[in-house]
Amino acid sequence: MSREAVLNGVIALGLLAVPLWAWAADEPFVITLATRVAILALAGVGLNIALGLGGLVSFGHAAFFGIGGYAMGILASHAQSYEPLMEWPVLIEGTRSMPVIWLVAVVASALAALVIGALSLRTSGVYFIMITLAFAQMLYYFTISWPAYGGEDGLSIYLRNSFPGLNTLDPIQFFAICYAILLAALFFTARLAKSPFGLALAAARQNAARVEAVGIRPYRVRLVAFVISAALTGLAGALFADLNRFVSPAMFGWNISGEIMVLVILGGVARLFGPVAGAALFILLENVLGGISEYWQVFLGLLLLGVVLFARGGLVGLIAGREATHD
Amino acid sequence: MTEPVLEIRDIRKAFGALKASDGISLDLREGEIHALIGPNGAGKSTLIQQIAGGLRPDSGTVHFLGEDVTALPAAARARMGLARTFQISSLAMEHTVLQNLVLGALGARGGVFRFFRPVMKDGALLEAAREAMAAVGLEELARTRVADLSHGQRRQLEVAVALVLKPRAFLMDEPMAGLGLEGSRQMTRFLDGLRAEAPILLVEHDMDAVFALADRISVLVYGRVIATGTPREIRADSEVRRAYLGEEDMA
Repeated sequence: MSREAVLNGVIALGLLAVPLWAWAADEPFVITLATRVAILALAGVGLNIALGLGGLVSFGHAAFFGIGGYAMGILASHAQSYEPLMEWPVLIEGTRSMPVIWLVAVVASALAALVIGALSLRTSGVYFIMITLAFAQMLYYFTISWPAYGGEDGLSIYLRNSFPGLNTLDPIQFFAICYAILLAALFFTARLAKSPFGLALAAARQNAARVEAVGIRPYRVRLVAFVISAALTGLAGALFADLNRFVSPAMFGWNISGEIMVLVILGGVARLFGPVAGAALFILLENVLGGISEYWQVFLGLLLLGVVLFARGGLVGLIAGREATHD
Repeated sequence: MTEPVLEIRDIRKAFGALKASDGISLDLREGEIHALIGPNGAGKSTLIQQIAGGLRPDSGTVHFLGEDVTALPAAARARMGLARTFQISSLAMEHTVLQNLVLGALGARGGVFRFFRPVMKDGALLEAAREAMAAVGLEELARTRVADLSHGQRRQLEVAVALVLKPRAFLMDEPMAGLGLEGSRQMTRFLDGLRAEAPILLVEHDMDAVFALADRISVLVYGRVIATGTPREIRADSEVRRAYLGEEDMA
């Protein structure tokens, strides 16, 4: 087994062990932190498909995080008020069922990514960064001025949504759901990276002309990658909203896009477990340094600077070394 | 006579006042190597780009296998069987030799949008990749990253990726560039055998190679083909001598 595989196992077990310990020690706050790690990691796993595998520097993944959040908020608020979303031509009611909410979140963010990607992938470099950012900001201002769902104040959901057979209000059970989804997403991403699609996507990142010359259109490959990436980040958004039982336009904020990107870079761009390591480090710093100083982000900035300058593979790269060429 | 595999009719392309292609017509027939020569700035690369699909001509048409492909993007032409090699090696540098070839085989076969099966365990793709690797003699470097290959090995891989596409025509932009004497000789021998598989439109500066290989030569000067003919005819052509070759090379 490679060093990276061992490290990945350690990270996965660590993220499971900490909340289990907290559960035994009756520390629900720690479980909530671990749940945040799992959810942010999932958002990062999504971004990592575009950013790491595809080399697409999306500075607008908050758009999908927010869409996932609002998918949950809108469906749950209608279930809460017993008012259907629409009655004509078909009756659509709200729901408290997590699986249904997840499905809606995934489909909605994938559709949004199809539109945003189709337009923004015609550009590259700094223009791509700016266009993706612009789309996320558009949604941010739209939700602020959309009174039906709370506008600037956002939406509060009183009860966490339900999952068959589980009590989702119990922190450890909700953590288990998020953790299982994260593992499934990691498994999917690992397969994706080694699939025909993954090979073409990675090649398009390195040399688009080469990919075209063998008869594959890089634009299509990138668009599909962008959609898959957004769907996972959207799913994370739905879980994040459920964790907080609250959605607001802040989920669309550019700082959210930045945070997701920061945790991917901290953990290791294009490394399978990079986002997990990065999310864990991010939450750890937020809570440890945040307890010492209000200006903890200064230290985060310094750390990020160090990673970018001296450890391009992030935390995973630092420990596991250069990526083995997979074949 | 059979229809040419590739036919360029009256292609024009201007960049501002510069006429990079000024009414170029030429064709590529089954079984031949057709060399395209000309001094620097004659418009060879612009022409290659227009044939491959990277640039749209202002007017004129490109026919490939009897079809008008002028409006098709590069990827579509590649899928029809037009394989190009680049003047400067254009490969996925972080990938291995084998991965670059499997990518080529994947492009040729189709089925890019598959997300679960490991591509490097796909028997048919590996088989095609190994075959091309053996043809250029890169088997031992299968697991080497392209970034760690020598310049000459990258040129070989560039040709191997074109080969793995099982194309109907090759478009080769200076395959000998930077190869050195022995490398050029090997490549010349290799291309010599290749014309039986598919005809080659060859842009090349190495005159030894061109005159050794070409069935026909076209001379491009200032965006116009000033002569097309057999190596013997080109050698004898006075306009070509004046414009390009220089008297001393003709001895």
